[in-house]
Formats: sequence, C-alpha cells, structure tokens
Amino acid sequence: MLNCQVGLPTPGFYSLAEDGTWSGADVDLCRAVSAAIFGDPDMVEYQSVTSAVRFTALSNGESDMLSRTTTWTAVRDTQLGLDFTTVNFYDGQGFLVPADSGITSALDLDGATICVLTGTTTELNLADYFRANGMTFTPVTNENVNVLVETYLGGGCDAYTNDKSGLAARRSAFPDPSAHVLLPETVSKEPLGPVVRQGDDAWANLVRWTVFGIINAEELGVTSANVMEMTASADPNIARLLGTEGNIGEGLGVSPDFMVNVISAVGNYGEIYERHIGENTPIGIPRAGTLNALWNNGGIIYAPPFR
Amino acid sequence: MALTSQHDDTAERSSLLRRVFFDAKIRAIFLQVLTVAGVVGFLGWLINNTMTNMAARSLSAGFDFLDVSAGFGIGFTLIPYQEGDTYLRVFTVGIMNTLLVAVVAIVLATILGLLVGLARLSTNWIIAGVARAYVELLRNTPLLLQIIAWYFGVFNLLPRPRDSVVLAEVFVLNNRGFYMPSPVAEPGFGIVLTAFVLSIIGAITLYKWEAARRDRTGKSFPAIPAGFAMIVFLPILVYAAAGSPLSWDVPALQGFNFVGGVSVPPSFCALIVALAAYTSCFIAEIVRAGIQSVSKGQIEAAGALNLPANWTLRRVVLPQALRVIIPPLISQYLNVTKNSSLAIAIGFPDLVSVWMNTSLNQSGRAIPIVAMTMAFYCIVSLSVSLVMNRYNRRAQLKER
Ligand SMILES: N[C@@H](CCC(=O)N[C@@H](CS)C(=O)NCC(=O)O)C(=O)O
Repeated sequence: MLNCQVGLPTPGFYSLAEDGTWSGADVDLCRAVSAAIFGDPDMVEYQSVTSAVRFTALSNGESDMLSRTTTWTAVRDTQLGLDFTTVNFYDGQGFLVPADSGITSALDLDGATICVLTGTTTELNLADYFRANGMTFTPVTNENVNVLVETYLGGGCDAYTNDKSGLAARRSAFPDPSAHVLLPETVSKEPLGPVVRQGDDAWANLVRWTVFGIINAEELGVTSANVMEMTASADPNIARLLGTEGNIGEGLGVSPDFMVNVISAVGNYGEIYERHIGENTPIGIPRAGTLNALWNNGGIIYAPPFR
Repeated sequence: MALTSQHDDTAERSSLLRRVFFDAKIRAIFLQVLTVAGVVGFLGWLINNTMTNMAARSLSAGFDFLDVSAGFGIGFTLIPYQEGDTYLRVFTVGIMNTLLVAVVAIVLATILGLLVGLARLSTNWIIAGVARAYVELLRNTPLLLQIIAWYFGVFNLLPRPRDSVVLAEVFVLNNRGFYMPSPVAEPGFGIVLTAFVLSIIGAITLYKWEAARRDRTGKSFPAIPAGFAMIVFLPILVYAAAGSPLSWDVPALQGFNFVGGVSVPPSFCALIVALAAYTSCFIAEIVRAGIQSVSKGQIEAAGALNLPANWTLRRVVLPQALRVIIPPLISQYLNVTKNSSLAIAIGFPDLVSVWMNTSLNQSGRAIPIVAMTMAFYCIVSLSVSLVMNRYNRRAQLKER
C-alpha cells in the first residue's frame, strides 16, 4: 500500500465523498503513483492531516508522500528533512472578502482582521505583505481550515487568505459562492508539488517522473481514452513514454509500461486539471493563458523528456 | 602458614561480598549507584539515538533557530511583538498568553466555584437544585466541546464591529473581541500608587495589632472592615486631592474595527468562560465536601459558646474545611493551566498554539521546541504545587 498524505477535505484537490472515497487533482497523483508501482491506482491509504502537522507526519514515516498543495520553499527543502520532487501547479496567494464589504484591493485591508491557516506559507506571506506596505492587521489563526472558514463566514474576520486555488476551492463549497469576491492582487509565489522524505532518492525519482510522465503525455497527445492505441504509435517519444521502446521503467524500478497504467487510471495532466479544477467544474480555475498551461501553449508546465 | 593466609584471604573476600549482599546499607548504596548508572546510560543512549536519527533525516536539533526571525503575525500579545521578531520572542509571547489565561481562569473559577459550592449546600431547594444541575451538566461534558461551543455558539455569533454591543458607552463587545478603556497615567499618578501601597501596609499592620491586642486583653475590634475601608478610601482621597491624574483611552470605531483601549479576542473570551465554568464545577464539589467534612458537633459547640455566626464560619468551620479543600484545589489549579492548551482548537495564541504548533511547523525544530514547552509546563506545575503545599502545611491541623 502507498501511504499518501492529503489535507483536510478541500474541493477539487482532495475531496472526500460520503462513501469515504477520495478524489481530486492531488488525489489523482496518489493514484498515479500507485498505478506506477502496483499497476493498480487503488492501492492507496489516504492520510488526511492538518497543514500544521503535515511535515512531521511525513518525516516520521507515517506517510510515504505528500500530495496536498504544498509550496516548495528553501527552508522546507533544506531544513525539514523533506525533498520536493517537482512543481505540478503554479499558484500565488490572494484574499477573499465578502462582496458587500466594498473592499476592492488588498491595499484597502489596513487594520483588518484576517483569517489564516497556521503552519502555512500563507501566514508568512501575509505578515510580509502588510509589513512591506506599512499596513497593520490582526490575524485570526487556526490549524483547522474548517474552523477558520466557519469563523470567516460568521464574520469573525474581514478577509480569508490562502493560495488562490485554495480560495477558489473553498468558495465553491460556500452556501453562496457569489457573495464572496477574490481581490485582484497576487502577493506571493506558490509553486505547489508532491513532497517525499529526504534520503530516498530512488523513491523521489519515481514520484518526480510520474508527474513528468503525466505532463509529457499531454504534450504528446496521449490520453486515457487513446493510450492503448498509442502503444502502437510509431512516434519514438510516445514509444519511450509508454515503454514499448527503451528501458525507462527499469531505471525507476517499475515495469516498462508503467505509464500505460498511470494514464489509463488518471489520464494526462490536462485531463486531471479539467476534471477537477478546470473551468467546467465548480472550482472553475481557468487554465489557458495562465502559468499552468503547457509550455508550448503560453504556460510554464514543462517536463524533461523521457529518454 | 601459607594455607592459613590463603584461607584468611578468601574469608576476607567472601565477607566483603557477603557484606555487599547482606548489609542493607551497602546494598542500598550499591543498588542506587547501579540505578543511576542505568538511568544516565539510558538517557545517553536516547539522546545519541535521537541525534543520529535526526541527522540521518537531515533535521537539526540545535537551539540556534531561536534568534531567527519568525515572520508570522500573532493575533493577541501581552508584550510588544512584530512580525520580524525572533522565535525566542514568540516563545515569550506564548508563555505570557498561557499564564494570562491560567491566572484569569483560576480567579474566575475559584469565585464561581465557591458560590456554586455554597449554593449546593443551601437549604433552599431551588438554589441547591440549580447549582446541582449546573455542576452535573458542565462536569459531564468534555471541555474541548464546551470551548468550541462557546466559541461558535456565542462569541462568533456576536454582531459585527459596526453593530457592536456597547455597555456604559465604553465597553464594546462584537465578534472581533471585547474592548475596554485603558487607564493612562498622567503626571502625579505616582502619589496615588504610593498611597495605595501604604494603605495596604497600614491595613496589615492594623490587623496584626488587633490580633495581638485581642490575645492580650480579649477585646475585639473590626480590623478587617477598617482595613478595607483604608485601602479603598485613602487612595481615592489622594487621587481627588492630586487633581485626578488619570485619563482613559476609550475604544472607538475606526476603519474595520475598534481601536484604542485594551481588547481581548473572541477566542480568549470563549476559552476563559469555558475553562472557568468547567473548573468551577470541580471546585464547587471540593468546597462542598470541605464544608461538609466539618462535624456538626463543632458548630454546635461554637453555638453553645455563643460565638457569633461569622466567627463560627471564620474561626471554626473554615480552618477545618480548608484542610480538606486545599490539596484537591491545588490539582484543579494545575489542571486549568494544562487545560488552557486546548486553546489551539479555537486558535487562541497560547504557548502550545504559537510555539508547539506554528513555530514547530515553520522552523521544523521539533525536539528543542517540544523540550522547551515541556520544561515550561513542568516549571509552572512544580512552582504552583510548591506554593500551595507550603500554604497547605500552614493550614493543616497542628497536632501537639
Ligand atoms: N501552499 C501553502 C498553503 C497550503 C494550503 O493552505 N492549502 C489549502 C488548499 S490550497 C488548504 O485549505 N489546506 C487545508 C489543509 O491542508 O488541511 C503551503 O504549502 O503552506
């Protein structure tokens, strides 16, 4: 079994259905890695813990990997015994305010009370942003995102701040999403991606190249629908990705056709995106024209080649 | 010759061995040395093991992070704190907040507990019944649940700043906190403070003098009310004479919220109310048990001596009841201090919340942070019990 750590249920990224099954963009990465190792996307044990204890749970061995909107930072990568594998979503921090508050810019927030999750980069950026702009604020903190959202909806703070993707996800589950607006400012860089414990390079490689494989699949036009036909493709790039040529799986300690299993289970990067957080979902984060578009499509999602 | 000497030798050696085994004193020393060596060895192994494992996971265990800037905001601080301050400062902020919660909750719980405890003994069945229901309800539900209920069920539902509840024009209550005016000392306020301190000293002297005179002559004199009157009225007189050298900083709505005065956040209010109410139930039961433990005969004897009712309470019932009350009361006070760490559930920035949680996560220094937190709680608990035990020793019956 793969012990894959996600956060407290968050629509679009790691959401929990009534019957106990997990789904979402980050959950699909857990499933992808499981498919790569076992040939079966369901060999995953999900661990759902708050942001504040996520790294402890990884470094003490409870979880094998983190797939949960975690920002890659220098301190985390070098001082917490963690290894960031790669980036699979480029995000930035924003502010959510009630639409009737009349606030139109983050710079209007001087003196405001702001709800923020503890143990996140969010609370650090928040302090930085206000300090840099000579403004003051009162943080209302909690490690449990549900308590915080309840406080915000009850009017206990003037704004809720988080990664913009997180704001969109949270808002989609509000009783009335249209009563809340996202302020235009993006106050930080939040490169999100899967994390493993430091010291197991082979394991880090497997997670990293599973993500690269999913991205390359989109670039090469391999989807969950056509992956079987594609195994007969004459394009050597596709042949190497799907293991009909070369020995990339061997170097990762998995079967040569591991990417066939991965893509049949979860699809390519674009499919995962559109299924869980794209414009046609309640989360509704547009992709075209953002950093999260493919590199040959105006974005910076770019994976090293399978060769 | 040789044989005997050899024999002597073994005899001596075996007697030494025998002494180690059979002389209780030497055996005790021997075992103690062994135990100490074992404990030290085990601790050494533990530390070494931890260090090795942490190094293997490239985690650092040192205290060097304490002077690194923490970089996050804290919603409520007693001492000045800015986002750029160090982790050590965060630790201090957390300690102050925890102590504040503990002290305020202990004072409130004691007053409330005393009242409820006395109410439970009331001969009026309505009062006794209400007190009993209060105790049974609060004592039998989890504290964490009560804290969350107070937070979401009461303090988070208060009106927004614009529609605040304003009491006496200066106290403000809304869903961002409770705001009070804060006193600002003007020049000349020092005299009032001096008068206050002097009147306290005077009251104590008066009390001692009265006790000595009563022992000598048997004549009594209401020293306690007189002392209180002195402590209250003397500073007020001086204050008026000095031309009222004190002004008030009154909270006023400005922008998003009230500014000025002093304020506490809703999480603090919820935590204090929940802790005080919960603990007061246990204190009420302790008070009730203490008073009931004084045998009826004692009170009847006091009545036979024609002692006034308040003397019976003060000189007969209380001294004996306190013996029973104090030890369990100490452990309730310690419980409040430790239970205050549940603050984390509603985000009040106490030590566990800002230090064991936020700082630990942001810096990754689990071992030093957990060690410092444990040391703090240990020191607080030990000093509270030290002080209370000393008091308890005085309150104990002196057997002669
Ligand atoms: N990217 C930031 C913030 C992560 C974060 O707050 N994630 C949002 C969703 S995007 C959340 O609500 N998490 C809840 C949880 O993980 O329990 C970090 O790594 O510190």
